[in-house]
Amino acid sequence: MADVVIIDSGGANLASLRFALGRLGASAEVSTDPERIRRASHVLLPGVGAAHDTMARLRQHGLAQLIPTLRQPVLGVCLGMQLLFESSEEAAAGTTHTPTLGVIPGHVARMLASPTRPVPHMGWNQLEPLRADPLFTGIEAGAHVYFVHSYAAPVTADTIATSDYEGRFCAAVRRGNFRGVQFHPERSAGVGARLIANFIALAE
Amino acid sequence: MQFRDHRVVGEILELARRYRDEGADELVFYDITASPQGRSVDRSWISRVAEVLDIPFCVAGGIRTVADAEAILNAGAEKISVNSPALLDPDLINRLAARFGSQCVVVGIDSQTTPEGFRVYQFTGDPDRSRDSGRDTLQWVREAQQRGAGEIVLNCMASDGVRRGYDLAQLSAVRAVCNVPLVASGGAGAPEHFAALFEQHAADAALAASVFHSGQIAIPELKQYLRARHIEVRT
Repeated sequence: MADVVIIDSGGANLASLRFALGRLGASAEVSTDPERIRRASHVLLPGVGAAHDTMARLRQHGLAQLIPTLRQPVLGVCLGMQLLFESSEEAAAGTTHTPTLGVIPGHVARMLASPTRPVPHMGWNQLEPLRADPLFTGIEAGAHVYFVHSYAAPVTADTIATSDYEGRFCAAVRRGNFRGVQFHPERSAGVGARLIANFIALAE
Repeated sequence: MQFRDHRVVGEILELARRYRDEGADELVFYDITASPQGRSVDRSWISRVAEVLDIPFCVAGGIRTVADAEAILNAGAEKISVNSPALLDPDLINRLAARFGSQCVVVGIDSQTTPEGFRVYQFTGDPDRSRDSGRDTLQWVREAQQRGAGEIVLNCMASDGVRRGYDLAQLSAVRAVCNVPLVASGGAGAPEHFAALFEQHAADAALAASVFHSGQIAIPELKQYLRARHIEVRT
């Protein structure tokens, strides 16, 4: 049985993720305790809010140092995925970027709005897997998942799925035991439920 | 779905499950009495809904402060929608966006076509208090975005409830000044109305209540119809 811990990053989707696990018959503890997180079999890093606020909160609990050293499967969700990269353009007033966890090479940038491309990118969009990953078992190319974001990570060698919003961006990423999804699996109906089930079934 | 707070949680959950299973892409819960009577309601149903739903949902009605919004988002809603309180206190939009990010902040607008152009109405939940807010709709749409709105729901009041189709002229005018997702509300009566909305790119999403509640339009058939017209919908 998976011992899932959700890192309490202060965002508002903690409850949704916990409920999503509950619908799968799994439970999860919500914690900021580094020792508890280190002992978990699977770690979820959610995040809704601003990159700099969330990084400040992680640092305050000693988690900015801890997270890059974790060896179990880690899944960043939305902002949680973006924080796995090196930096984000989402920054406090007077600064140009926020240094983030740095476990995946790359820099998160603001999505530029245009008359045909409203930002935030908000709504259902299709997933195009770039390479096979156990996270996508049973999920077909073109499956719809739910996105809400104004910043996006670039498509790099670590990208495992993209999505297209007048340009491809990183919808899912993996580097070793660290994975991240830009969309919200906890709000992506059956596809999202399958992805979460796949994640907690990972043994590595 | 609209409800006053005497509606029992069981009914709300039943409707939430029904729409989830029918393939709705998002649900909006309106507490239509919260704003006109100057009060908020018991919010305990929100986490019950969040437990059941695996699609996004938004809560509207009676949100006047950052604390109101925080309670709703922490209970598991993705978004909060403000309408009358934002007209009385436009800075509320700034405070909500600064605290939670624009993606959580929906501004609902009730709009009417008048000889002076499109006008914003307020307190529309109560026929006795409903009135012109003194604002021009297009101006308010621009201002709401500048203040941090991440989505606009435009309810075209003349169309609402009459099921003759969305107000494409008004929506297109608003779409032209809207750089955030625009959700059309009011007027859906037939599948063709949804198709016309999307084919004319008058909005990014369509909201409807009565035709779904009554069963006049079933969501699976609606999606099938739109797909056959080559409009992308979630399967």
